[in-house]
Order: sequence, then C-alpha cells, then structure tokens
Amino acid sequence: MDLRDYVDLGQLYAGYARAVDSGDWDLWPEFFTDVCTYRLVPRENHERGFPLATLSFESKGMLRDRVYGIRETLFHDPYYQRHVVGAPVVRQVVDGRIHSEANYAVFRTKLSELSTVFNVGRYVDEVVRTPAGLRFASRLCIYDSELIPNSIIYPI
Amino acid sequence: MRETTTVPEDLRWESDGTSRIPFAAYTSAALHAKELERFFYTGHWCYVGLEAEIPNPGDFKRTAVGERSVVMARERDGSIRVVENVCAHRGMQFCRARHGNRAEFVCPYHQWTYALNGDLIGVPFKRGVRQDGRVNGGMPADFRNEDHALTKLRVATRGGVVFASFDALVEPLEDYIGPTVLRYFDRLFDGRALRILGYNRQRIPGNWKLMQENIKDPYHPGLLHTWFVTFGLWRADNRAELKMDARFRHAAMISTRGNAGKAGEVSAVSSFKDQMTLEDPRFLDIVPEDWWGGPTAVMTTLFPSVILQQQVNSVSTRHIQPRGHGAFDFVWTHFGFADDSPDMLQRRLRQANLFGPAGFVSADDGEVIELSQEGFEQKPFHRTLAELGGRDVADADHMVTETLIRGMYRYWREVMEA
Repeated sequence: MDLRDYVDLGQLYAGYARAVDSGDWDLWPEFFTDVCTYRLVPRENHERGFPLATLSFESKGMLRDRVYGIRETLFHDPYYQRHVVGAPVVRQVVDGRIHSEANYAVFRTKLSELSTVFNVGRYVDEVVRTPAGLRFASRLCIYDSELIPNSIIYPI
Repeated sequence: MRETTTVPEDLRWESDGTSRIPFAAYTSAALHAKELERFFYTGHWCYVGLEAEIPNPGDFKRTAVGERSVVMARERDGSIRVVENVCAHRGMQFCRARHGNRAEFVCPYHQWTYALNGDLIGVPFKRGVRQDGRVNGGMPADFRNEDHALTKLRVATRGGVVFASFDALVEPLEDYIGPTVLRYFDRLFDGRALRILGYNRQRIPGNWKLMQENIKDPYHPGLLHTWFVTFGLWRADNRAELKMDARFRHAAMISTRGNAGKAGEVSAVSSFKDQMTLEDPRFLDIVPEDWWGGPTAVMTTLFPSVILQQQVNSVSTRHIQPRGHGAFDFVWTHFGFADDSPDMLQRRLRQANLFGPAGFVSADDGEVIELSQEGFEQKPFHRTLAELGGRDVADADHMVTETLIRGMYRYWREVMEA
C-alpha cells in the first residue's frame, strides 16, 4: 500500500476514536459501509470459536438502530468514554481491501467518579475505499476484559 | 415523626409480611455470609453449567457455587463430577484454567494429584526419600489417600443442565424445583442436544438478590425497557401468568405476545413513539417454535443461582455468582439446539443483541440494580416497597403485580429466621 493510503487509514482510526468519544452517536454508523460487520466479542468466544458476540450488527441500519437505542430507550448511568487506539498495523491488502488491526483501551468516567479502565482489546478490521473515503466493511472489537463493568452502552 | 437514621443491629421488618423489604437485607455483610451458608451451601441445588460445555471424557469447566470455586468434569464413563477447587494439602485453588481436558487434576504447588472425581491418587514423597541408606521424611504411617480427597459435591442433571450441592442431605432436584416450575424447566430442556453459542460475563455492583427480583418483576419491563415497548415486543396487557413453586422461591413469568391494538394504549412510557420502526428488522425476525407450546417468553428464576431465559428465539442461562454483599458476577451462556437450521442459529444470534451486558433490554437492568444498591447503602435503615397487586403472595394471571418478589422474601424469611 502506498503512503497516502496509510495516512488515510490512520485518519480513519483516529477519526473513529474521536467520533465514538464525542457523544454525537450519529457519527458512528458513517464510518461503515452500508452492508457491514460490527462485532463486540469477548476474546474467549473468539478464540474458542463460539459465534456469540456481546453485540453483533450486520448493516448500517442496525448501527443506526443501536444509536436510537442509546439515545432513546436504553436507561443508563451517564458516562464519558475515551478511546486510546494504537497505530494500525496492516496485515495484508487483497484487491484493495485493507486488513488491519490495532490495540485499543477505553477508559470510562462516570459523573462524580474516578476514571477507570473500561474495556481493553484489539480491533480486527477490513477497510475499503469508497467515494466518500475509507470505510470499515468489518470491525471486530475483540476484548480481553474478562468482566464488563456492569454494562456497555456506547460504541467501542 | 422524624425517621430514625440508626442502622438496626437486627434486620427489622415492618410486619410479618414481605411487601416492605429492609435495605439492610442488601447491605449487611453478616447477613450475606448467612445467605451464602443457608442458600448456596446447604439445602439448595445450585446451577454450575450445561452438559454440552463438557461433551467429552476429561473435559472440565471451572465454575462456582456461591462464592466457592468448583470444577465440573466429565468422567470416562460419561458421568459428571463436581469438586471444590481447593487442594486437600495446602488449600491452594489448583485449577486456574477456565476449561480444558485433563486425565487428572494436579495441584502445581506440591503435585498432589486427583482423579476427576476428586479422589487423591498421588502424593509426591509419600514414603519419603531414600538417601545414604535411610529414608528421609514421608507422610506419617497412618496417612491414607482416602482421607484426603477434594471436597466432592452432589451432582444432579436434568435435560442437559448440571446442578451441584455441597449438602449431602439436599432433597432430590425434582422436588427442589417442584412440579409447577419443573414443567417450564422441561419445556426448555426437554432432552434435545444443546449447542453452546458462547458467553457474556459482567460484574454488576449490586446485591445478588436484586437480579432474582428483576426477573420476578413484571412491573418494570414495559417501563424501563422502552425498547421492548417501542418495537412491540412487550405490552402490559399481554396474556401472562406468574407461577411459583409451593415455597415461593422459584418462579416462572410466562407471557404471550399479543397482536391486537397499538402498544401506546397500554404504555405509560413518555418517550413511546408509535411510528418508530427498526431500520433493520432482522433484530426481531421472530419465528415461533413448536416447543414453545404457546407462550412467546418464559423467564424462570431458580433460587438462588440461576435464571433460565426464553425470550422468543433467544435462549440462555444466566448464572449468579455473588462477590460479597454488594456485587455479583453474571455469566450468560447462550445456546441453541443441535438440530437448529442455519437460519434459526443466525436468528438466535441476532436476537442475542437484545440481551447481555450491552443488550437493548438487559443493559439497563444492570444499571438500575447498581443504582438501587447505591440507594440502599446510603440509607440502610430504610426499606423498599413491593406492594403492586397487594401484599399477599399468590400466583397471578396478569403482569401488574410484585407478588413474586414478596414470595421470594417469604421464603427468604423462612430460611433466614429459622
């Protein structure tokens, strides 16, 4: 891949982190293609070949349905989240489809509380170029965190 | 009258009934220790897992009964054993892997070796070490392996579900569950081979009983879980039954999704939007299954350790593992059936988005439990109110009642005050 693609890829990762930490949840589905995969998966299920995910979406419509749930129907204690995402490593490029990965850590800060480590894992991604720029065709968030501290509401 | 802000030394109930539950029942470390002893370690069967998790001889799974770590394993003859994860020698928790396959259990510290049934089969240097013509050390002459097995739990299985008890005198599992609730247990676990789909694990910072109460509370789903209401999965006038065992400890909430009318007519949810539809309706691609026999959802609470979920096509067990009075780990095991078509498997996995620690209609349960615990902790002299539908305890043919919670505490008082 050329340098421009790598710079764009870095921007995609950084832009995603910025979006999911912004509180403007409508930004999140726009990082994906219309038909897409978004899966938040315990490392245990991933490594043992179990198909269950904590969240598993297959279309931009499902991501938008999740946004509606976050905003309108899911009662939750409000919190901020902050993603720290490592530089993506490109594993391979097949027919223009970039297979890349990056480590991530998400910190949670509840109102009037200390900041804590919330969810830690890695992204395993497939990225494609669209007229609008690079987009995720697939994003797996495979998390090490053995226990979810109560609940996950916002997108990882 | 000014309320007293003294924390009572004994648990104080306002009456002989159980419609007002003292906050101290959730905040007292001493009561929690007593609960573990009386509900989890004696007189009760606790869920430890599914047979499908350990299909082959030698397969094991580390799991828990109350706050005690145990290991469930399948023997060569196919039977299932459950032993406590504490070495008979120096007390070490010898099993750290969560699952695997072993011919025997070996404690890493001094290599004490146990058969899968817990029998001690190997002790290094038991007869001492020969050196310069004499024997050094060794266990005393009267040491017998038979006296030093791992703690062996009683095991009962039914329909592929494994229960264990530390109590040798516990009643038979079927008597424990009782005929009323057993019907609903057997409806879900009718002997079909299960297929494990995977796990979700969360730690909920609230007292473990609150999760039992949550699934004995048909008052909240249409109010807290606005997603259910918005997308037509829950209505307060759905045909429903609430049934308990003879001692009121277990319960089944049985409901059948209605088709008639607009949900808005029976919704008190202010954010309810009549016109709202899913952008991707595959979340609710519900296909009725023969074994439902009518009801579209049956939530079964088996006291104290597990919840059995059937919500349309999504089925799971939810294992309650207390962590002190103020928290518990909640382990979801989603499964399907070995004869599921690929479409049905996909459907179960899609509908799993509704449940679990991030689920559209479950994440908020954990949240309200945490915030309930916060309320209890700041005001331990106070009490909750569970008087919807009256103050009595009885089965019901509607959802507008907190009778199952009152029933659970009637049983709780019976056992804790004995």
